[in-house]
Amino acid sequence: MNAINFFFGVYPYIALSVFVIGSWIRYDNEQYTWKTDSSQLLSKSNMWIASNLFHVGILSIFAGHFAGLVLPHALWISLGVSDLQHQWIAIVAGSVFGTMCLIGGTILWLRRIFNPRVRAAGRRMDAFILGWLLLTLVAGLSTLPVSIGHANHGDPGVMLALSGWVQSVLTFQPKPELLAAVEPVFRFHMVLGMTVFLLFPFTRLVHILTAPLTYVGRAYQIVRSKRRVKATASA
Amino acid sequence: MKIRAQFAMVFNLDKCIGCHTCSVTCKNVWSNRKGIEYAWFNNVESKPGVGYPKNWENQEKWKGGWEKVNGKLELKAGGKLKKIVQIFANPNMPEIDDYYEPFTYDYARLHNAPLSEAAPTARPVSQITGEKMDKITWGPNWEDDLAGEFAARAQDPNFANMQKEMYKQFENTFHLYLPRICNHCINPACVASCPSGAMYKREEDGIVLADQDRCRGWRMCISGCPYKKVFFNWESSKAEKCIGCYPRVESGLPTVCSESCVGRIRYNGIILYDADKLLDAASTDNEQDLYKAHLDLFVDPYDPAIIAQALKDGVPQSWIDAAQKSPIYKMAVEWKIAFPLHPEFRTLPMIWYVPPLSPVQSQIDQKKLPTEADGVIPKAEAMRLPVQYLANLLTAGKTEYITSALNRLLAMRSYMRSVNVDGQPDLAPLNRAGITEQNAKDMYRYLAIANYEDRFVVPTAHEEIRLDDYHGFQGQNGFTFGADNSKGYGTFALFPERRTESAEPREPAPLAGERD
Repeated sequence: MNAINFFFGVYPYIALSVFVIGSWIRYDNEQYTWKTDSSQLLSKSNMWIASNLFHVGILSIFAGHFAGLVLPHALWISLGVSDLQHQWIAIVAGSVFGTMCLIGGTILWLRRIFNPRVRAAGRRMDAFILGWLLLTLVAGLSTLPVSIGHANHGDPGVMLALSGWVQSVLTFQPKPELLAAVEPVFRFHMVLGMTVFLLFPFTRLVHILTAPLTYVGRAYQIVRSKRRVKATASA
Repeated sequence: MKIRAQFAMVFNLDKCIGCHTCSVTCKNVWSNRKGIEYAWFNNVESKPGVGYPKNWENQEKWKGGWEKVNGKLELKAGGKLKKIVQIFANPNMPEIDDYYEPFTYDYARLHNAPLSEAAPTARPVSQITGEKMDKITWGPNWEDDLAGEFAARAQDPNFANMQKEMYKQFENTFHLYLPRICNHCINPACVASCPSGAMYKREEDGIVLADQDRCRGWRMCISGCPYKKVFFNWESSKAEKCIGCYPRVESGLPTVCSESCVGRIRYNGIILYDADKLLDAASTDNEQDLYKAHLDLFVDPYDPAIIAQALKDGVPQSWIDAAQKSPIYKMAVEWKIAFPLHPEFRTLPMIWYVPPLSPVQSQIDQKKLPTEADGVIPKAEAMRLPVQYLANLLTAGKTEYITSALNRLLAMRSYMRSVNVDGQPDLAPLNRAGITEQNAKDMYRYLAIANYEDRFVVPTAHEEIRLDDYHGFQGQNGFTFGADNSKGYGTFALFPERRTESAEPREPAPLAGERD
């Protein structure tokens, strides 16, 4: 088994398994550790700009990857988006949100390293995972010139190979050979990205899974009544 | 009509001596941990002053509590969508310096310092970074006993509509202590602000709690509470707050702050209210009418119709008995001498305050102040504390309620003086203040004598009501094997395990329905 087969045929499944099972175990057994780990109380300066840039950027990037890579190719065609248009949308959206995320994330990372209070209260994992995300992001941004080159030549081949591979993985028919021909910078970015999923359950990133969207539809006040405990015959 | 019982308190400011015993006991019992060492669930402020955290009363700055928008009650910081948009960085979040940077001292230095001519000093050390601090510039009680310049404490918003420069002069200085805890509001803004649904009000006693497992640290309760009594534990990233000492209260004991109060100023009791009317009460148009609307929520625990409804709504008989003996009901409803703190925040707070008297005895002795007919008891308006200031604190600025309460407190004194000094009860002051002789005697008993069993009427919780086999629960409370969560949280656990608790499966508490 060569490296490409391992990293793009086996590693995605390791990462996804750890992501799903790890998050599940943590949610089930370690609710108290499931939190945003906000440090805004300790230092508020630059938080508004940095945190918003970072979060809006990274959530948009995630949505973009999902739309471009996971949603079936046929869907975009049926919507009248040609492959080349698709590629340009990806390039533009990726650069805009990638830059936002990079600026915000860099400020947050510097704050985490150099602000004495945030540094003292933070865990090593906090700085590490943020650094890892930024590394992944920079690798992702450095694929842009390559993509622009392809797009300028009207060649969506690499993009189709990438989304083909993602869908092959998600349908449990991995085709690592699709990636043999794409530029190494893509593969580098992908390995870093898959590792984010691998690390996810062990970091504060889990808070995204409990994004409080249900709040919008909820009544303001919550009153909890005493729980009526059913008689348990077994015990 | 839906009757609910509320655990409530009254603080008699007239007797608070600012000794901070309440704060210290509370801190030692509940918040002596890393991450909330800066958080005082109970603190005592010197008023006038900016308080803790700085300027907490200024809701133009903090956007806590509720306001009326186009005739509808809305969180002052904005509705739910706005909260979601602001979730990445809460713009109204206080910073730890608004409270103070928690500190300790390098005491070891006093032992370890090498021999020197000058005595060694213990320098302050930040409890966040562990680094030495140059100088402590703010603390939890920095303004104690009016410390600091007038200009600083003049930022106190309770000076609204007052000629505050007058009180800059030494002769006109006034001062009161304001002990503060979570108000366990009937319309809590922290609960309404919590995006994860972790904050909740208990149906059986109205105590407001933060579910530590469900809290994700979105920080909206911190800014949503207008009293700034929900704190962010910077170590655990969870909200923590006064828990109303519920483990004590459930056992029929007063809260630890109340129990330890040396001035006997704290009263614990049950009050019944009509939960169907709370939204209307909180939505009262004129903020000066909020106190009245709040008062009208409370129901008469002697009324047979109320008792029948309360029993139907699940209030146990022993709680109705306690509501009848409640010192809270007597002071708030019967005598009308206790008031909610800042009713204009529209949260319907349930810690009420008896306003303090502040006679200027030397002036009275020199016959320079108007007094009652006895020539000794001063008139309410002739106190050192401006009535307007108290009204800004307790009745959204409406002075007549405060004047009436002060007059009743004075009339009781005047009456007791006539009994004990003249030997001849004089009912005239009582009639002027609108209270009966029996009222005056009761007020004397509750306020001056303040016996333990009069101050604290706390019924025990009825745990057996919810357990089919409550003997089966015996010996199981308060003990788990390993981490409390190790048996799993969800109903669809990855590693289901035989649950060792026979009585209480660890299912997340069901959210009760919407407020109706």
